[in-house]
Amino acid sequence: MSNEGYVTADGRKIGGTVMEMKNITLRFGGVKAITDISFDIKQGEIRAIIGPNGAGKSSMLNVISGFYVPQEGEVWYKGSRRPQMRPYEVAQQGIARTFQNIALFEGMTVLDNVMTGRLNHMKTGLFSQAIWKGKAEQEEVANREVVEKVIDFLEIQAIRKTPVSRLPYGLKKRVELARALAAEPSILLLDEPMAGMNVEEKEDMSRFILDVNDEFGTTICLIEHDMGVVMDLSDRVVVMDYGKKIGDGSPDEVRNNQAVIDAYLGVSHD
Amino acid sequence: MSDQLVYAMEVFLNGLMAGVLYALVALGFVLIYKASGIFNYAQGVMALFAALTLVGIMDGQVPFAHLINAMFGTELHHFGWHLPAVVAILGTAAVMVLLSWMVQKFVFRHLVGQEPIILFMATIGLAYFLEGFGDIMWGSDIKKLDVGLPQGINAWIDNVTFNIFDYGFFIDNLDIVATVIAAILVFSLVLFSQYTKQGRAMRAVADDHQAALSVGINLNFIWVMVWSLAGFVALVAGIMWGTKSGVQFSLSLIALKALPVLMLGGFTSIPGAIVGGLIIGVGEKLFEFAIGPMVGGATENWFAYVLALIFLVFRPQGLFGEKIIERV
Repeated sequence: MSNEGYVTADGRKIGGTVMEMKNITLRFGGVKAITDISFDIKQGEIRAIIGPNGAGKSSMLNVISGFYVPQEGEVWYKGSRRPQMRPYEVAQQGIARTFQNIALFEGMTVLDNVMTGRLNHMKTGLFSQAIWKGKAEQEEVANREVVEKVIDFLEIQAIRKTPVSRLPYGLKKRVELARALAAEPSILLLDEPMAGMNVEEKEDMSRFILDVNDEFGTTICLIEHDMGVVMDLSDRVVVMDYGKKIGDGSPDEVRNNQAVIDAYLGVSHD
Repeated sequence: MSDQLVYAMEVFLNGLMAGVLYALVALGFVLIYKASGIFNYAQGVMALFAALTLVGIMDGQVPFAHLINAMFGTELHHFGWHLPAVVAILGTAAVMVLLSWMVQKFVFRHLVGQEPIILFMATIGLAYFLEGFGDIMWGSDIKKLDVGLPQGINAWIDNVTFNIFDYGFFIDNLDIVATVIAAILVFSLVLFSQYTKQGRAMRAVADDHQAALSVGINLNFIWVMVWSLAGFVALVAGIMWGTKSGVQFSLSLIALKALPVLMLGGFTSIPGAIVGGLIIGVGEKLFEFAIGPMVGGATENWFAYVLALIFLVFRPQGLFGEKIIERV
């Protein structure tokens, strides 16, 4: 695959490769969750991974974010091979993620949750942080600015002081997105950002994903099994089925791919 | 003012001071519970171990002297130095950090994701191990601990109260020092957990491991840090109790007094541990003073537990604990 960028259908310029997965194979005991999959993610694009239930999409995302370690294959990030890393180290490298089943700090307020996204951007000493003086103060103010911008952007100002445990599902998903965004990630991984949402919430979320990409230029890799949504949102799509890659390309290319159609609609055996 | 009321006031003040010491032990429990959901049964033994180590380092005792002498037929007992208290306290703090790291590395790292009851059982094991280890390392005799804290009746309070009430209150200087130190400790812990990056990370880890990992928090580091903090709190508690009643193995039983404190204050609240400690301290002293003579005394042995039981019935999350509402 070339390292060059391309121009999308709607005229956005996409940069070079940020992340490349090379021949990834992941096994759980005797079960192969992912078999020999390669694909790349380019700077500034919205890259989707789709597939029927159990295709291995979430496993793939967990490999990228370091929660799973593949038995075979290499992960290349920003031009060099990534050694085996713990999930927190991957996060410190600038890869933020959300979870399918929402992993928020339920006991904290929305604001505190989003602030935790800034933890890796805090550098001053313990003591000056505790007494709130000097550099620590400037740093906290700068971090708060980023956080407020994100909160504004995702339209959650009204609930910023609300404990997360009291929020409805759709808003929790949005808070999780806010926390990931606050880290100003190089790559934002979204695990089924629209799962369990109603039509209106889905439309909101789609708009936010597009806006985030547009406004901050964030590279986004998302998983979704709602085909309609994915085709509208993404620039390029990887299609997985039974742990194998069966298609890769623009939404239009993928839509007309016979293997993809078979996987989604089934093949007649007559 | 009637004599009874004046006595009651003295009892009240002494109760507050006793409560501070209970709160100090309870604080160690809260720290670990907040950050890892583990109820650390070994907290009391940690206080004992810290006090033993402190005395040992200060007096230049040779660790494992009995063992070494028995094995090699030597007669080692003392290094022959006598270190200043500050150096010994720093040394002990370092030992407590090392201990925390080892506890994390050899015990809890292997139990990540296990049921709370299993983690609890592990801390019981840890408690017995530490008690035995402390015995082998420093010997089981009762030791005197003197880090230079003032002790004995506070003359100023005695004087002032004598002028007002015609009756001098007996307040121990050590209790006053303990109160001041506890206040400083609590204040810095609250600052730490509310305003620093590590404090924020600690609260995050307590809440959700997966989410904490995804924002780049090193779980192991946070756990070692929290156990070290709890070890430090145990050291402070060990110094106070050890100075008051000598360093002896019954010290580990103060952990049992911290239980009702936690039930009152809530397992997750730092201020709760303080308020709970004060209520228990004052409550048991006043109860003994007012009701004790009618029932033949010794109410201090059970009052705290009965109070805790009542709380368990009516407010199981304690005064300041987080109420957990499950959505159905």
